[in-house]
Amino acid sequence: MEVGQMQRRLVDYTKTLFMEGFLDAQFLQLQQLQDESNPDFVVEVVSLFFDDSEKLLNDLSMALDQPNVDFKKVDAHVHQLKGSSSSIGAQRVKNACIAFRNFCEEQNIDATLRCLQQVKHEYYLVKNKLETLLRLEQQIVAAGGSIPATEMGF
Amino acid sequence: MMLGNCATSSSLSTTSDEDIVNNNLTALVVDDSPMIRKLHDMHLKKFGLKVQVAENGKNAIDLFRCGASFNLILMDKEMPIMDGAEATRELRTMGVTSMIVGVTSLDSIFDRQAFMEAGLDHCFTKPLTTENINFLLQELNKNNEEN
Repeated sequence: MEVGQMQRRLVDYTKTLFMEGFLDAQFLQLQQLQDESNPDFVVEVVSLFFDDSEKLLNDLSMALDQPNVDFKKVDAHVHQLKGSSSSIGAQRVKNACIAFRNFCEEQNIDATLRCLQQVKHEYYLVKNKLETLLRLEQQIVAAGGSIPATEMGF
Repeated sequence: MMLGNCATSSSLSTTSDEDIVNNNLTALVVDDSPMIRKLHDMHLKKFGLKVQVAENGKNAIDLFRCGASFNLILMDKEMPIMDGAEATRELRTMGVTSMIVGVTSLDSIFDRQAFMEAGLDHCFTKPLTTENINFLLQELNKNNEEN
């Protein structure tokens, strides 16, 4: 596949992620921080987001598995995940966290377990999408092309 | 004295009019998330600031105790060992007059107000945006002109 085709494929794929609500404008701000002196910035931040999130999801699973659930602890973990997902632009994960926190307030164990499944689901979806997006970018760079800037005029 | 894990970031100035105004400005990013530290560090550097990072309130205090000073501190609220509110109160008690800005996921007005009362100059909800940083830099440059 030639570079122009790859670039068009990347632009279309990125647009889809925005239109389907996986990513929001915060992700654009992230992309705009990358430049020639920091060509791997987005990859590095996204990797840190994956590390952060997987640890938090493990902590949440453990916290909700206790005989006496400490909802304050659960809420603290969800709060952190909400902060990191909103900072990277992972909109659906962020929204799932907002719903999760409402049920933590009610101390509803069944609802919070369902919320955990929902957050995990959204996280693994966006992880998959981001990995695909970054792979497309890497292919373009490897072929000697440049990554087209994402424009929000769609 | 134990300083803890304070990473020093080298400054990357890109040449622009903004940088000529901003690159005498220093900032400290205090957050327990490595991702947030990296994000805010780069965001501020893009505006020409020299940035250091600290991973909790206690490390931030230790930096000041060792003689460091910063024009701007971006302070997370929820951190282990010492949280943002406690660190802010301590810094103000020490006589620190830097601009301290809370950056938090807390969305209850009550929680944000309590954080402000610890001694913040401003408080923003995560995620920090380019508009937020523009605003802070305008405020900082205004303060510098007045001095």
